[in-house]
Amino acid sequence: MGHEQKYVDKKYEVVGTRFNRPDGIDKVTGKARYGADASAPGQLVGRVLRSPHAHASIVKINTSKAEKLPGVKAIITSADLPDVTGGDQGLADILENCMARGRALYDGHAVAAVAAVDEQTAAQALKLIDVKYKKLPHVTDVDEAMCESAPVIHDRIITRGVEPKPTKPSNVAARTQMGHGDIEAGFAEADVVIEKSYKTEQTHQGYIEPHACLASVNPDGTAELWVTTQGHFVFRNVCASLLGLDIAKLKVTSSEIGGGFGGKTHVWVEPVALALSRKANRPVKLVMGRDEVFRATGPTSSTSIDVKMGAKKDGTITAAVAEMRYQGGAFPGNWAMLGCMTAFACYDIKNNQSIGWDVVVNRPKVAAYRAPSAPMAAFAVESTIDELAKEIGIAPIDMRLKNVAREGTLAPYGPTYGPIGIEHTLKAVKDHPHMRAKLKKNQGRGVACGFWFNIGGQTCTDLNISVDGTVNLTLGTVDVGGSRSSMAMIAAEELGIPYEQVRANIADTTSLGHNDMTEGSRGTFSSGMATIFAARDAISVLKQRAAKMWGITEEDVIWENGQALATGDSHSNLPPLSLKEIAAKSGRTGGPIAGHNEVVADGAGMGFASHICDVEVDPETGRSTIVRYTVVQDAGKAINPDYVEGQFQGGATQGIGWALNEEYIYGDDGCLQNAGFLDYRIPVCSDLPFIDTQILEVPNPLHPYGVRGVGETSIVPPLAAVGNAIANATGVRMTHAPMSPPRVLAGIDTLEHAS
Amino acid sequence: MRVSLSSTFDLDGGLGGSVDMHAETIADIMATLIDRYPSFQQLLDRGVAVSINGQIYRDDWTQPIPADAQVFLIPRIEGG
Repeated sequence: MGHEQKYVDKKYEVVGTRFNRPDGIDKVTGKARYGADASAPGQLVGRVLRSPHAHASIVKINTSKAEKLPGVKAIITSADLPDVTGGDQGLADILENCMARGRALYDGHAVAAVAAVDEQTAAQALKLIDVKYKKLPHVTDVDEAMCESAPVIHDRIITRGVEPKPTKPSNVAARTQMGHGDIEAGFAEADVVIEKSYKTEQTHQGYIEPHACLASVNPDGTAELWVTTQGHFVFRNVCASLLGLDIAKLKVTSSEIGGGFGGKTHVWVEPVALALSRKANRPVKLVMGRDEVFRATGPTSSTSIDVKMGAKKDGTITAAVAEMRYQGGAFPGNWAMLGCMTAFACYDIKNNQSIGWDVVVNRPKVAAYRAPSAPMAAFAVESTIDELAKEIGIAPIDMRLKNVAREGTLAPYGPTYGPIGIEHTLKAVKDHPHMRAKLKKNQGRGVACGFWFNIGGQTCTDLNISVDGTVNLTLGTVDVGGSRSSMAMIAAEELGIPYEQVRANIADTTSLGHNDMTEGSRGTFSSGMATIFAARDAISVLKQRAAKMWGITEEDVIWENGQALATGDSHSNLPPLSLKEIAAKSGRTGGPIAGHNEVVADGAGMGFASHICDVEVDPETGRSTIVRYTVVQDAGKAINPDYVEGQFQGGATQGIGWALNEEYIYGDDGCLQNAGFLDYRIPVCSDLPFIDTQILEVPNPLHPYGVRGVGETSIVPPLAAVGNAIANATGVRMTHAPMSPPRVLAGIDTLEHAS
Repeated sequence: MRVSLSSTFDLDGGLGGSVDMHAETIADIMATLIDRYPSFQQLLDRGVAVSINGQIYRDDWTQPIPADAQVFLIPRIEGG
């Protein structure tokens, strides 16, 4: 049934209020079942042997000693994962990333795996596998990887997007260029031009729950996978494609998820666990250790970015150019392209150009991380805008408002914006009491903006009404941020019943049609839309049943406030029928009452945010402490404001960690030196003040409630907001993130020596 | 109707640009481009989204295109 996707302004009873999340009690009492919490009779323990080298040929793998160890039930190498990807290079890359094929491409790359009766036996077996490596030259730095002298990681990579087409392979997978206007003319108009180079280091999503799964493959080709994931339907499709299984015969169940932020949109150990189970003919549970998560899952890119911007004395930005180099790990990605698309997206700049270089290095395959690629671009651009404002003598907030993008602005990536909320967030920031609060000694305040597209995608939802009038809402988008509560609220809103009357569940892959990943801030936007439409389907059935119970035509029935009303003069004496009353009679009026919807939820509204950060810098140590932080973001419509605020706070926190501490540190040997939370420092509660939030609601015209995604955008501004605050506290412009104490101290020392 | 291409797209050696065509849906645009530029299939395989009057459509090729709409092809976005 077709449904109207367009936004309709209306008053809500349930939406916009605050309820506790339905999974909350299980999570705080330890009853929630995560990826490692499933068991099966006869299950084995899976472990993976990983390369200790940054780049090496695998000359020989001898597993004979390990195979003879009592308790070892299966050992696999790439030979047990034949390439059945049919020429799909993207899938082939995933397969090679899951298990090295002749070459180890980074420190931590899987080379073999074992399934044994217990943890000790599996660990012992790994030690008995004899791998002969021939070390190869490696490169882990994005700028070095682009040099002519760098070791070429893949002979097959010929740079795309360059004319004439290169004849030799290199580590540069693609060049991207976008923008519009006349750059030279723009800079000629400028009274002030600022040009700076920036670097950002590689960071990990830092989810607390490691990757974990329980795989069971049967000889008849059926299989099951219990897994922590952001998208079990996509995992099903990818794993089936890599292992040559029929998609419908692989049942995937998503566990509760202990964080993902993009890192659980990709398969890492799941195909390995399935291959081990297939070989051993027993279930295999495989849980990554923390060091494996750091070394062998998908962090974000490290980058090197040059920005040049020019402005008139009145603050009008006349031209902007960015050249961005993003490394994608050992396999090509489109991370620089995303940087290009987002860099200047908050502004209306007549002449702008972004050039991106996607580069491969000997590091783990990069994965999405919350608004992937945008925070690094924003760090460079938003820092440069502050430098421009300083040079001109205009307040940074006014500089941004002077150039802000609005409905009708030509976006740097091509199209013209519809209704967007960046100006609203900047005005709210300007008016916020935070901006007028006094700063103490060694403190500084920074403002920065951020943009992320948000996406929709394929979604399928069922809504079933029980005979007592309670409602089961069956969803296929994994709940990573409280969406079960939001979806239950939407169903309650549509049906006109209390929130407590609805239970939302995440179904396995055999129970619903395909659902895309919970990624791109799509969960509430797309599943919310499908839930609205499924509820409206169910209401149609409820009206039909009421008509039958009354013995009138369906056209004379309307649905209001959770009950059917008979309309027209001849029916005015009929008492309303509640959902409960209709449900109670469903067995005798046509059977179960249900609603269903499958939708491609396109038209996700763009997300914009502006942040304010106060930082105090210790001039003796260079340590920066966040003393106050405010997030202002456009949510379109906040279904459950608690969770929207939680997303704002979570994004800001991760961005602050990236800004101040988080960093992959590689040694000269190309190996990761800090693969654990002791040496890779993410912020904890005691590091941060309460992060204040302000939700703005500029409706998305293509969602019935006006919803925009909110999950990602607020990781974009913090790097620059923190950098701008440090600059205002110390006079030092930091151009290298993280802005850790040694880097800030070096900046202070340089400034002092210069003066 | 004029369909503009992101400058990251390469059709027959030229980056970006625009193509005039008659199209009532996104599917019509894709069919026309594959017909005129067989290499467009490679771009499709890597992922193409369509912006219609500023709204981005990634998946629904049945989406109708209003008369005089601004139509822009951009890379398909994913997220985290």
